Order: sequence, then C-alpha cells, then structure tokens
Amino acid sequence: MIELKDVYKTYTRKGISNEALKGIQLKVEKGDIFGVIGYSGAGKSTLIRLVNYLERPTKGQVFVEGHDLGAYSVKELRAAKKNIGMIFQHFNLLESKKVFDNVAIPLVLLKKNKNEIRERVLELLKFVGLGDKAGSYPSELSGGQKQRVGIARALASNPSILLCDEATSALDPQTTRSILQLLKQINAEYNITVMIITHEMSVIQEICNKVAVMEEGRIIEQGSVLEVFGHPKHPTTQNFVKTVIQNSITNSVLKSLKTEPGSQLYKLELVGQCASEPIIYQMIRSYDVKVNILFANMTEIQETTLGKMIIQLNGEATEVNNALSFLKNNGVGVEGVEKHVFNYSYS
Amino acid sequence: MFSTTVTADQFMQAITDTLYMVGMSLFVGALIGIPFGILLVVTRPGGVLESKWLYSILNPVINIIRSLPFIILLVAIVPFTRLIVHTSIGTSAAIVPLIIYIAPYIGRLVENSLLEVNPGILEAAEAMGATPFQVIWYFLLPEAIGSLILSLTTATIGLIGATAMAGTVGGGGVGDLAIVYGHQRFDTVVVVATVIILVIFVQGIQSLGNTLARKIRRY
Ligand SMILES: Nc1ncnc2c1ncn2[C@@H]1O[C@H](COP(=O)(O)OP(=O)(O)OP(=O)(O)O)[C@@H](O)[C@H]1O
Ligand SMILES: [Mg+2]
Repeated sequence: MIELKDVYKTYTRKGISNEALKGIQLKVEKGDIFGVIGYSGAGKSTLIRLVNYLERPTKGQVFVEGHDLGAYSVKELRAAKKNIGMIFQHFNLLESKKVFDNVAIPLVLLKKNKNEIRERVLELLKFVGLGDKAGSYPSELSGGQKQRVGIARALASNPSILLCDEATSALDPQTTRSILQLLKQINAEYNITVMIITHEMSVIQEICNKVAVMEEGRIIEQGSVLEVFGHPKHPTTQNFVKTVIQNSITNSVLKSLKTEPGSQLYKLELVGQCASEPIIYQMIRSYDVKVNILFANMTEIQETTLGKMIIQLNGEATEVNNALSFLKNNGVGVEGVEKHVFNYSYS
Repeated sequence: MFSTTVTADQFMQAITDTLYMVGMSLFVGALIGIPFGILLVVTRPGGVLESKWLYSILNPVINIIRSLPFIILLVAIVPFTRLIVHTSIGTSAAIVPLIIYIAPYIGRLVENSLLEVNPGILEAAEAMGATPFQVIWYFLLPEAIGSLILSLTTATIGLIGATAMAGTVGGGGVGDLAIVYGHQRFDTVVVVATVIILVIFVQGIQSLGNTLARKIRRY
C-alpha cells in the first residue's frame, strides 16, 4: 500500500524555485496496478521518486505499507527500499556486468550466500523469459530484453511494490505489449503492487486498474480505469482518453448528416454485459423510430467491454422517449447531443 | 660515427632505474590518488557522501599541487624528501617527488573516469538501498574500470616524462643518461637510443592499456 498525504515538492536551484508537486493526495491499494499519466513536466517522475524516497517531499508525508518514510533513519530507509523495486526508461543496467550479475546485485547487497543467489537469479531469469541469457552482456541484448533484465533485478529482493518510470517509453509497440503483459503477470502471480508512470493512455488501458491524471503538479482526476475512461471529466483527461477511445463522428459522416426536424443525436454508452446484447435491434423492433448509427466503437478495459455509439433518432416524440427509456432500462448510458458539438473535434 | 661512451650495462641499468621509478611511484601514487579521486566524486555536491567542507579542501589542494611544474616540485620538496628517505639524491629520492607529482594527477583522472559513469546507474543503486560504500564498490568502480585503466595509462606515460627530469637529482634512468651523456657530452648515439627506448616504452604502455581496457570492457 502506498499513500501520499498532501505532498508538495519544490525544487530550488540557484534561488529559482520550481513547484513540481502541489498538494498530492494519492492512495494505491495492495494489488493495484496504478497508472499515473500526464504530459511532459506534469511531475510524474517526481511523484514516483517520492515513493522510494529518491526525492524527499518538501511538505507532506509518504506512507509505504503503513510506514511514514520520513520517520525512518537512513539505515531503516535503506532497508525499506529493498521492499520497493524500480525499473527505468533507460534500464540503467551495469554495462560492465553480465546479465546474471546484474540481476544478482540486490542479493549481493543483502549479503546472501552464493548458492542462494545463483538459484534465485536463474529462477528470475527463467521467469522473465531470459533463461538462456545469463552469460550475456547488456550490450548484446535488445531493448525489450534489457527491460526484462531490469525487471528481474527489481524483483530479486522480493519487493512488495514495483515502480515503473516510463518503463516502456523506449520500446516499440509490440515489445511494449510483451513487457506490459509481464508486469501484469508479476502483479497476478506475486501479488506485487505496481505503479506505472506513462504518457501513453494505451499503457494504462492495457494493464492498469486505477489511474491518476496529472497536470502541472496536481492530480486532476483519479479513479478506476473504467470510470475514468468511461466518463473523463477534465479536458486533459478527455484528450488522453481520445487517444485510445474514439468517440466522435468522422468529418465525412458529419458533412452528409441531415438534420431533419424531429431528429436528434444521442451518445450511447454500453458497459459490460449490455454491450454484447442486441439492444439496438430490440429497440427498433419495439418502437417506431428510425435509427441511424453514425459511430460505434468497442474497447476492452479491465476485461470489461466499453461500447461507445453515436446514433440519430427520428420519430414521434413519445416513441423516441419510449425508445430512450428502453435503452436506459437496459443499462445503456444515454446523452443527447447537438450536432455542432462534433464540428471541431478531430477524429 | 656510431661509437658511444656508454656501455650496454649502463643502458640496462638506466632502463631498470626508469622502470623502478615509474613502477614504484605509479604504485604508491595510485594508492593515494585513486582514493582521492573517489573522494572527489562522492563528496561533491549531489554525491553519495556529499560533504561540502571535505570537497572544498580536497579540490583546491589538488589544483595547487597540479599547477606546480614537476621540476619546481622536485626542488621545492627536497627537505620533505630528506625527511622521508634520509637523502635527497638517487633513485629513491626521486620517487618521493614523483609520487607527489603523480598522485593528484591520478586523483583528477580517476575523478573524470568516475564522473563518466551513467548517473542512471547510481540512481538504480540508490533505489536498491545500497550504502555509499556499496555504491562505490559494486556500481561506480566496475562501471568505470575500462576508463580507469586508460587513465592510469595516461598517468604512467606522464610519469615516464617526469622520470627523465628526475635525473637532475641523480635519479638515474634513461632520461638521465640522455642528459648526462647525450646532451652534455654530445653523444648522439645515446640521445637517439634513449629516444627510441622512450618511444618503445610509451607505445608499449599505451597499447597495453588499450588492450586491457578493451578486454575488461567487453562491451
Ligand atoms: N532535479 C530537479 N531539479 C529541478 N527541477 C526539477 C528536477 N526534476 C524535475 N524538475 C522539474 O519538476 C517538474 C516536473 O518534472 P518531472 O520530471 O516530474 O515531470 P514528468 O511528468 O516526469 O515529465 P516527463 O514526462 O518529461 O518525464 C518540471 O518542471 C521539471 O523541470
Ligand atoms: Mg518523467
């Protein structure tokens, strides 16, 4: 469990101070895969570096597994850090050491005996899929393989928390996926709490269950990924969500769209079960309305399907209202929108 | 025309003297200089053992010694040399100023080598909860080893030049031979021979250093 209570961080350099974090409240529960997203300079790295006290808060407290890191002595803090693994965007492996020795380092620091180290390292390398690379140097590995070594190293001391600062930002999309899957597996198999920093919404979508959106040193929105993806409130969040879930009419459809009197546009949201049922079909059969589907999209988040639709309904007011009630009763989110809403949105 | 007043034995003695002086002062100089280099890196602002006062003493002290030309150092510390080796002439006497000359130089070179280490690695070390000693021993030094070898190579070559001057205090060695016989007695053969020997020394040490660094780096 990680908890940040009213945390401020101000960097002062040559008399110029820079408020990187301004009153952060954050709680990461055990077993979460918690994503933090934000644009460059939002303070994401500063935030994650507070969790293992690479950076000390100017004000406020950081709790890890219930302990205030600020109350620890230097020695206690070092011990606490062994319980928090970290992986980095540029891997930060020792180039002078073989893969085996890189992974072994945290155990060497813990003064474990040779046999124990050997056993654990080989087991970890196997787990991350590098069973045959123990004798290689990092320079002989691909980016994805290097990150796997980084992950094995971070897990060596059996931490209960894994921090990932842009761990996939230097990797191609396919390698990113495989690394994210590995993180997911670590979370599931070892019940390790994972905190991920990223600027890519797809990373959040792929593995996180909770997300916090940061802007200018503040958390502007946080919650379950399904919640935030389904109903982004802040414009910045909406921009991020847009990068993975389209929810707008394409320009060509918009141009040819006729707005007859009595017709109205609606945004529909179908979550989970109702996304796989023939609800629109039933609506057409039961009510005398003309349905024009202008946009439809299904996304999977947290093993839950999130469907987004934009439809145009045309018909008698009572029929339309009945049809809308039918949708709502079946768990579909309905929101009436005006055509001009879509005019300036890019798709 | 190719006659010379120097015997082969004298040549051998000179080479042995040079090797002895370079070897000894390099050894002791490294023993002093390497820890100094490490201290410079770890005590500097932002280092793992940041210490304002230690850094602000070490840094200028090294600068002051480094700014003295060797020939001046040689004369200036004669009383100190006498105190240590109870004589101010001869090969042993030459080693004292050579050490004082080379130790701060090695300190600086080591500092530079260690500063080249990727800061991300030190961050990883810190994230692992490594003690300052562990950071130095398990992260800083292994990552810098190739560069450190090249630094020591540079220092060794600098020493060879300095030993030639050490002849002024009767230090002996190849440089001394060249000055006493070659320059002062116009023995061209000696001059040419010593130049060849010195070139071979320098070349040999440089390629040895390069090879070692490459072998150890392996990357
Ligand atoms: N060591 C530091 N000294 C001074 N200012 C810093 C330091 N680290 C970060 N900052 C400043 O704090 C702010 C937040 O930086 P941070 O690195 O946390 O952003 P970020 O969200 O991780 O950005 P990016 O996506 O580019 O990595 C920035 O304005 C940055 O300039
Ligand atoms: Mg960052």
